Amino acid sequence: MTGSQLIVNGAPRICEAAPDTPLLWVLRDELGVTSVKYGCGEGLCGACTVHLDGEPVRSCTMTLADAAGRSITTVEGLAATGHPLVAAWVAEQTSQCGYCQPGQIMTAAALLARNPHPSDEQIVTAMSDNLCRCGTYHRIRRAVRRAADGQEQR
Amino acid sequence: MSGAGLTRRSFLQVVGAGGAGLLMAIYLPHRLLADPSDTGGENTAFTPSVFLRIDPDGTVTVVTGRCELGQGAHTAMAMLIAEELEADWSRVRVEQAPAHPTLYGSMTTGGSSSVRGGWNRLRQAGAAAREMLIAAAAATWGLPASECRAEQGWVIHTGGRRLGYGDLAAAAAKQPLPSDPPLKAARDFRLIGHGAPRLDMEAKANGSAKFGLDVRRPGQLTAAVARCPVFGGKAKSWNEAAARAVPGVRAVFSVPSGVAVVADSTWAALQGREALAVVWDEGAEAALDGAEIARRFAALAEQEGKTARDDGDFATAFAGAARRLEAVYEQPYLAHAALEPGNCTAHVTRDGVEIWAPTQGPQWAQSAAAEAAGVPIEKVLLHTTWSGGAFGRRLMPDFVVEAVEVAKHVTGPVQVVWTRADDLAHDFHRPASHHRLAAGLDGDGRLIAWRHRIVSQSIGAQHFGQGAYDDEPDAVDGAKQWPYQVPNVRVEHVLATLPVPIGWWRSVYNTQNAFVNECFLDECAAAAGVDPLAWRLGLLPAGDRLRGVLERAASAAGWGGPVPAGRARGLAAHACFGSFVAHVAEVSLSGSGGIVVHRLTCAVDCGVAVDPGGIRAQVDGSVALALSAVLFGEITLEKGRVRQRNYDDYPVLTNDRMPEIDVHIIANGDPVGGIGEPPLPPVAPAVANALFALTGRRVRRLPIRPADLRG
Repeated sequence: MTGSQLIVNGAPRICEAAPDTPLLWVLRDELGVTSVKYGCGEGLCGACTVHLDGEPVRSCTMTLADAAGRSITTVEGLAATGHPLVAAWVAEQTSQCGYCQPGQIMTAAALLARNPHPSDEQIVTAMSDNLCRCGTYHRIRRAVRRAADGQEQR
Repeated sequence: MSGAGLTRRSFLQVVGAGGAGLLMAIYLPHRLLADPSDTGGENTAFTPSVFLRIDPDGTVTVVTGRCELGQGAHTAMAMLIAEELEADWSRVRVEQAPAHPTLYGSMTTGGSSSVRGGWNRLRQAGAAAREMLIAAAAATWGLPASECRAEQGWVIHTGGRRLGYGDLAAAAAKQPLPSDPPLKAARDFRLIGHGAPRLDMEAKANGSAKFGLDVRRPGQLTAAVARCPVFGGKAKSWNEAAARAVPGVRAVFSVPSGVAVVADSTWAALQGREALAVVWDEGAEAALDGAEIARRFAALAEQEGKTARDDGDFATAFAGAARRLEAVYEQPYLAHAALEPGNCTAHVTRDGVEIWAPTQGPQWAQSAAAEAAGVPIEKVLLHTTWSGGAFGRRLMPDFVVEAVEVAKHVTGPVQVVWTRADDLAHDFHRPASHHRLAAGLDGDGRLIAWRHRIVSQSIGAQHFGQGAYDDEPDAVDGAKQWPYQVPNVRVEHVLATLPVPIGWWRSVYNTQNAFVNECFLDECAAAAGVDPLAWRLGLLPAGDRLRGVLERAASAAGWGGPVPAGRARGLAAHACFGSFVAHVAEVSLSGSGGIVVHRLTCAVDCGVAVDPGGIRAQVDGSVALALSAVLFGEITLEKGRVRQRNYDDYPVLTNDRMPEIDVHIIANGDPVGGIGEPPLPPVAPAVANALFALTGRRVRRLPIRPADLRG
């Protein structure tokens, strides 16, 4: 088996999993990228959100074949490059259990990439497909606001 | 190890001295629920609960068995020690202790107890260590201790000399334990009441946080277990060959909870499980459904229940009342639905068992695992991981026991993964309940008689036997403590026995009972034609803490003042776990008839506000969980099985439906109360009472259906 290539946070990786394996399990089980969380397996909770060639996708409903040869960014990738959302998440003390937060941050990063100056309403709309059971929604909104405002200042 | 001394109260001991720094053991009271203000008590056979370690490099480590579920207990416990220790917060860390029957006291993380239990003792321990560090520095310098002070991880002499805690730790360990170290005055607190950055925030923002499902051991395999969807059913036959034909599947075998498929990866295990096509012997309860449970509850509600409270003479007062009100309230089963589904990693070897589990009850899990593995408890090494939410679900040891049963068949470590559907179908649900309420008003419109009859399963009876229920019926919690001053009050419980697995759900029976208490009380106020706030205040004595939160929430919300067009307000209050909370909800209906909760104004009296940011976060979390239950939450049964299978048919609150939340903290220095659970129970009745104010329709069942507000 030759395997499928993925570029994960800039690094090329060869995966041996069957092509119909959900990207989520390839990332978690084969590549050890455990920040990509399993919450529902059906694209309902957003905990597994990653960027595929810069676009946010639910890695649980996408196969390895769909992603082959493409570039994947996870929250580790954002943290490594000093993305302002990571610092904003800490500054706002956003997390409770923290399990959904990598997916929240990836969704927020996609929002800021396409709309660097979102309104409060746009933030809420963009963040409403990512579930959090601990009620961190207000701090999520503030963290996105903080990161966006920080970008404006630069 | 050497015992350098014991305080008179015997709650503190230096257990490590010499070159390794300072290691101190702290005993916390087990019965804190009985007396949260407990500061002393003899502890003749010293049993520690928390350890404080200061390493030669200056790192301050708090070792606790309490679990970090997202509630921030680790940070808050460390704050209590660090405050008195005058530690440098950036050098403070918390270490999760592995399960042990005695070494860490009660490790069970529930009942909003971690900070309450540690309030006095953890501060005293920090103060004792501080005094010992000062004494060590003074001895080193040959100067009086009275000329030295502790600050930010240093002992500093008035003359300007300074020594770091790391350099002093070994010498401090040889100092005598001060028997009564002075505690700081509240005005001098740097952390308590101000908050400190949470110790887990960086890891939870940069992707490095590890939860139970993230455990990766060398050679680890993954397993999925097919469990009978019908409670009490068993696997009859299955297609092992089909499962084994899935690439990556290694083994198929039966375990007590079902049929296990072990594979190289999660996806292979799940596919293998699918291929099993198990035929089930569904057992005796295969016809059970919601309608049948409602029938059984209604029949049981005709009986007089076990008396939990009987003040005055309800029957006579009710019979003679000028006005009588009666109502039935119904609430469903609820799932916990934490974002991280069930999972556990176990490795059975010849020497014992090693387990990694996102648990909130490590000791129960450890003893149950020992029993399942057939080994003595000391052969079970259980590591508690962070939990991706818990809300009471992870108190149960079932998922740990199952992983051990699977691991007995496997060479090497194996992680049992639950899907979301598994998690909903095999939860231990918040019990469903049926309530019959009766109240009597006298000729002057005063409330003179109140009866609350509850029909439900008992968590205690289901898991610990009828005796546990007979001794102390759990299902009346939050009802028997009904706080209003009325001369004739009866609270009864009728025990329903059903095969539906039930368990503790954030604030437990307070959820159901507060909803009923506060909605029916609102009905009485409306019948008497009295404003709901004035009605409650009229039934509470001056100085009552519940009265305090009601008044604060009402004034902050502008109760009685103008309400935006199309909106209405309602209020509710409840006390539990040592704290008092009132909410004012402001609601409207959308054009399509959907319920919109715009704002909750919340007053919390938890005695001492250790971490105001943490309190606000716990209010937010309670509101999110409670509103999920108010708007959507319902586990229903059909053909003996749970119908819901994912977040589309068991929805939880989304960001766009999170109301504005305005929290007001009352901190009068009363005994410190819990905060993880108390804000939850009054949410649902505040919303329901606001909807009554808006529509004139009484909500007597949850979740609230828009249809219940029409016609």
